[in-house]
Amino acid sequence: MALSFVSLAACRDKDGEFVRPPENRDQPVELVLLENGRPDPAVLAEDQTVIRGNGEEPQTLDPHQAEGVPSANILRDLFEGLTTEAANGDIIPGAAIRWNISRDARTYTFYLRRAMLWSNGDPVTADDFVFSLRRAASPATASPSATMLLPIQNAREVLADELPVEELGITLLDEYTLQITLTGPTPYFLGLLTHPVAYPVNRRNLEEFGGEFSRPGKLVSNGAYVLKDWKHRVSIKLEKNPLYREAEDTIVNRVVFLPIEDVSVEVTQFRSGALDWTNEVPNNQFAWLKRNYPDELVISPWTGSYFFGFNLTVEPFVQNPELRQALIFAIDRQIITDKVTRFGEQPSFALVPPGIEDYIPFVPEYADWTQEQRNEEARRLYEMAGYSDENPLRIEIRYNTSENHKKIALAVASMWKQVLGVHTTLVNEELRVFLQNRQQKIITQVFRAGWISDYNDPYSFLELFRTGDRRNDYGYSNEVFDAMLLEVGTERIRARRSRLMFEAERILLTDFAIIPIYSYVTKRLVDQHLKGWQNNVMDHHLTRYMYKLKSRATRKTEVSETIVREEDQ
Amino acid sequence: MQHSASRLLGLIPTLLVLITIAFFLIRLAPGGPFDSEKILPPEIKANLDVKYHLDEPLLMQYFRYLGQIITLDFGPSFQYKDWTVNELIARGFPVSMTIGGLAVLLAFLLGTLIGIVAAMKQNTGTDYSLMGVAMLGISIPNFVVAPLLILLVAVYAGWLPAGGWDWSVQRMVLPVLTLALPTTAYIARLTRGSMIEVLHSNYIRTARAKGLPELLVILRHALKPALLPVISFMGPATAGLITGSVVIERIYSIPGLGSYFVQGALNRDYTLVMGVVIFYGVIIILLNFIVDLLYAWMNPRIRYNEVQ
Repeated sequence: MALSFVSLAACRDKDGEFVRPPENRDQPVELVLLENGRPDPAVLAEDQTVIRGNGEEPQTLDPHQAEGVPSANILRDLFEGLTTEAANGDIIPGAAIRWNISRDARTYTFYLRRAMLWSNGDPVTADDFVFSLRRAASPATASPSATMLLPIQNAREVLADELPVEELGITLLDEYTLQITLTGPTPYFLGLLTHPVAYPVNRRNLEEFGGEFSRPGKLVSNGAYVLKDWKHRVSIKLEKNPLYREAEDTIVNRVVFLPIEDVSVEVTQFRSGALDWTNEVPNNQFAWLKRNYPDELVISPWTGSYFFGFNLTVEPFVQNPELRQALIFAIDRQIITDKVTRFGEQPSFALVPPGIEDYIPFVPEYADWTQEQRNEEARRLYEMAGYSDENPLRIEIRYNTSENHKKIALAVASMWKQVLGVHTTLVNEELRVFLQNRQQKIITQVFRAGWISDYNDPYSFLELFRTGDRRNDYGYSNEVFDAMLLEVGTERIRARRSRLMFEAERILLTDFAIIPIYSYVTKRLVDQHLKGWQNNVMDHHLTRYMYKLKSRATRKTEVSETIVREEDQ
Repeated sequence: MQHSASRLLGLIPTLLVLITIAFFLIRLAPGGPFDSEKILPPEIKANLDVKYHLDEPLLMQYFRYLGQIITLDFGPSFQYKDWTVNELIARGFPVSMTIGGLAVLLAFLLGTLIGIVAAMKQNTGTDYSLMGVAMLGISIPNFVVAPLLILLVAVYAGWLPAGGWDWSVQRMVLPVLTLALPTTAYIARLTRGSMIEVLHSNYIRTARAKGLPELLVILRHALKPALLPVISFMGPATAGLITGSVVIERIYSIPGLGSYFVQGALNRDYTLVMGVVIFYGVIIILLNFIVDLLYAWMNPRIRYNEVQ
């Protein structure tokens, strides 16, 4: 009581903003690691419950029906695929202890660990994986994430109901061995297997409860945690699975995922101590958070790119590379990331974000120029394209409703105005209207785009620009580019494959097909007590690696402890 | 009685019109439930459409839907695949009704009290300050009030939780207060106005002339007629409050009905939107009906007309 009174009395900083004095937040004890890299039990808190803000309410906890980040965060704790991820995002053995890859890189043989159990006590066998992968690819399941299975042989035909599900390229060799055949070399395939759509489900569980098997009290899983409780739009509670293969090393006993849609609400919840981990933080609170929660604020690169697209099928962008180039050059990306987005996003001149395994993105020469040089060149190109102060370009930037998109579009418009004299109109649309317009390629000119990859590979970004791809809202079409992507699909030597993708990206960027702006970062608040997790580009954080430190004893409790001891004597 | 029964029957065509308009309007909106930035391959999209009957002609889907809701089955939610729309409404509505109901109650009691006091002290300092505060209550939107309350009461003082839901009183206090504030203010102004009017009428003068104490004059003679406009306001206001407020639900992280409605519409979750629309329709019609009954009970002039 006295403490809260003090905090109310002293809660204005120099900007007149209310601040909670830092001493009000408990500080953890120093982390002590044992020789094996595990934390010393003496520094661990008694109550190992982690409460994680998790964005929107997950759509479902059926791993094969699930879609989107919120459900994937939970499913990664509940289930384990053939492969799994280390705290730093490395792909490591999961249910499979090892695997062989054939010479042509198309056949994977997985050897499962023995004596693994489901949470209901059933043994986890190779048959579980065969059954589950077939279920995920079955048209009857209608999985929205089945795209991830497309590298598997016959997956496309099975999904289209042209072949029976038994024809999917998966063979059961014996109780603990299975083989997966791919249509072509897919270096990121082991990573795809960590996606929920490749998780096993318990056949008995599914047969018993049918479509309701993923509800609390019913769901059987094979991961580090089991589903304890799910109150819709209130909380999802998981408890440690005592039958999990590494249960002894799992320190956190309970995980609570809170669906909080509003990011600023998450921050207030974190500040009041109700959350250990937020899903995100609002852009407009950066300066304040940086000042008041410097140790809790965690920012790290993410596999996503933010860019604007040109509709290359309508004027003025058909056959007009000078104009497109001018528009790309005339944007000061540093100002956008420093003043608008403000969370340490990396200004970008490329499509593929940095940090992707085995790949160095193409960096055009003008990335090293000063902005003044780029502006100069932009003005020259703008005139070359036939525009001037008397005959300015009139253009629309279209974006879906979001504070951030609006601010960025506004900044871009004013830079174009200042440098080139372009007259820009901002058009704001509701998401699905926007997506439809983008896809139809009729009324769009310049539009908000971007991509966050589901797997750690540049191909995920490049294939958006293939001729005829359903996601190619840009109308980009280049035969050489297409041919290179085709080659990427069959190339089994990693270095050559990377080189091909690098060349493809270079072609795309020298065609000036998009306006790169920045690459994404993840940003969140994490309580100082919560350790064991590591930043990684995929932003996947399994709770089983985490642990909570105990709080540093405050002076008050130390005093009361000595009093108690004296009384004992 | 007969009148009431026929009014209740009139609910059915009204609902049918509502269902038809809502059904075709939501289908007219661009985009579908499975559209997102990660566009699905055609094979996968087709499987989803078949599963949810979206591949059928629209008219057929409409009649299929009508057939389905006759059995009071609103179908599965497109977005929350583990739950049916019936389950979602059954979970969301009790929460919205509790918060909204308490807010209505608070607003009614507090609002009329303030209104009466202000009317009795008409044109004094008390009146002006009460009405000033009320005007403030009406003008400040709840998306400003709510974060302010959270900041002061939950974050700095730590007296109440900042949000979340577990049916405990502590978690209800702030949302109920926030929700009740503008309605309280409105009711206070409404009560004051009509009370002043009633207090100037002849029969009140008669009552006073009889030597009745002022308190009795108010309670016995003036209160009922003065509350009539408040009662007719309460119908739609109650419907508005108990059906859930998106703003309140988002800011306090409350699993009420309002967010299902808005999120459902944004996600093109056709079944969820339709379910909530129909449910809202029924509630609003019922509440208006109840207000009519109350009105008749309180106002003899209407009762007399009906008998005629």
